[in-house]
Amino acid sequence: MDDNITMRVTRWRPDKSSPPGPAEYEVPLRKEWTVLDGLNHIKDQLDQTLAFRWSCRMGICGSCGMNVNGEPRLSCGAFLSDYAPGPVDVEPLANFPIVRDLVIDMSDFMEKLPQVKPWIIRDDDVTAVDGEYLQTPEELDAYKQFSMCINCMLCYAACPVYGLDPDFIGPAAIALAERYDLDSRDGGARERLDVLIEHEGVWGCTFVGECTRVCPKHVDPAAAIQRYKVKAATQSVKAFLLPRGRR
Amino acid sequence: MSTYAPYRRPLSTWWWLRKRSYFLFVMRELSSIFVAWFVVFLLVMITAVGRGRSSYETFLDFASSPAVVVINVVAAAFLVLHVVTWFALTPQAMVIQVGGRRVPGAAILASQYVGLAVVSAFVVWLVTR
Repeated sequence: MDDNITMRVTRWRPDKSSPPGPAEYEVPLRKEWTVLDGLNHIKDQLDQTLAFRWSCRMGICGSCGMNVNGEPRLSCGAFLSDYAPGPVDVEPLANFPIVRDLVIDMSDFMEKLPQVKPWIIRDDDVTAVDGEYLQTPEELDAYKQFSMCINCMLCYAACPVYGLDPDFIGPAAIALAERYDLDSRDGGARERLDVLIEHEGVWGCTFVGECTRVCPKHVDPAAAIQRYKVKAATQSVKAFLLPRGRR
Repeated sequence: MSTYAPYRRPLSTWWWLRKRSYFLFVMRELSSIFVAWFVVFLLVMITAVGRGRSSYETFLDFASSPAVVVINVVAAAFLVLHVVTWFALTPQAMVIQVGGRRVPGAAILASQYVGLAVVSAFVVWLVTR
């Protein structure tokens, strides 16, 4: 194994007029080093002006998503040795505006997420004093997979539909809507469907499937979206057949 | 807080050539044109049959012209792509519960091919009997 590997890191300063471009850094190639370790080495030893987000280093916080050799990855889970002999390209997540260097602006997602009401909605007036909502292991299993989302934005970076049409509400938001729909304690499916039945909702998706492939937590947003389409279509047919019925 | 505008990267026209999965996706979208072509082709054939022998023979001449044969071969290839990818996606979209247990994706996939084989066999029988 070589002692070093070249990292080609995208740099961009908002106060400079030049477009983003790569800068090359030689970092030690160690078996246990991830792309994030390489970036931290650059920041500590080579160039302290480099900006990037990170926190937990163990695939839980969802902060360190970047495009590594063109693939959206958590940089803490992408090992440098897998890209040897290099060079390894490190770019900001695709489809998002760049704030600086590898830092992206995800405010678009932050505006979209509350639209699908990702919280438990109840019709009754039960308060904490009345006790907890009980749930069987089977009821937990129904939605658990979709609850693993860490909002890392890899699915948005992988989705060509979101790249072409930023109005598309996107994979993670729909997966989280499905997470609450499938929750036995929740009664808000109807309210979420009103948002997701629109063109920018589930119908924007053309089932490329890349969101599911890149998801580091195996959430399978593509499946959530297709299941929502079935729900939306069933609802439309019902509304057509029973126009006066209670929807 | 910074007042600088974030940088929006332009999307290349050739983004769909960057990855195999993107290319396959665009080809699958394109395949819908060929599905439509076969529908029109079938409707034209049925109309020709309805108009009698000479009309049908004119249609056969049209259908056997080299250009139409080439189009049909290409269209058939796209149709195969359409069917295979569509079938492959179904298990993700369908959650079928039998006796409280989820039917595995492979079983859903296999049942679609069995269904296709049965329908195809029926059509072959109908045409050749």
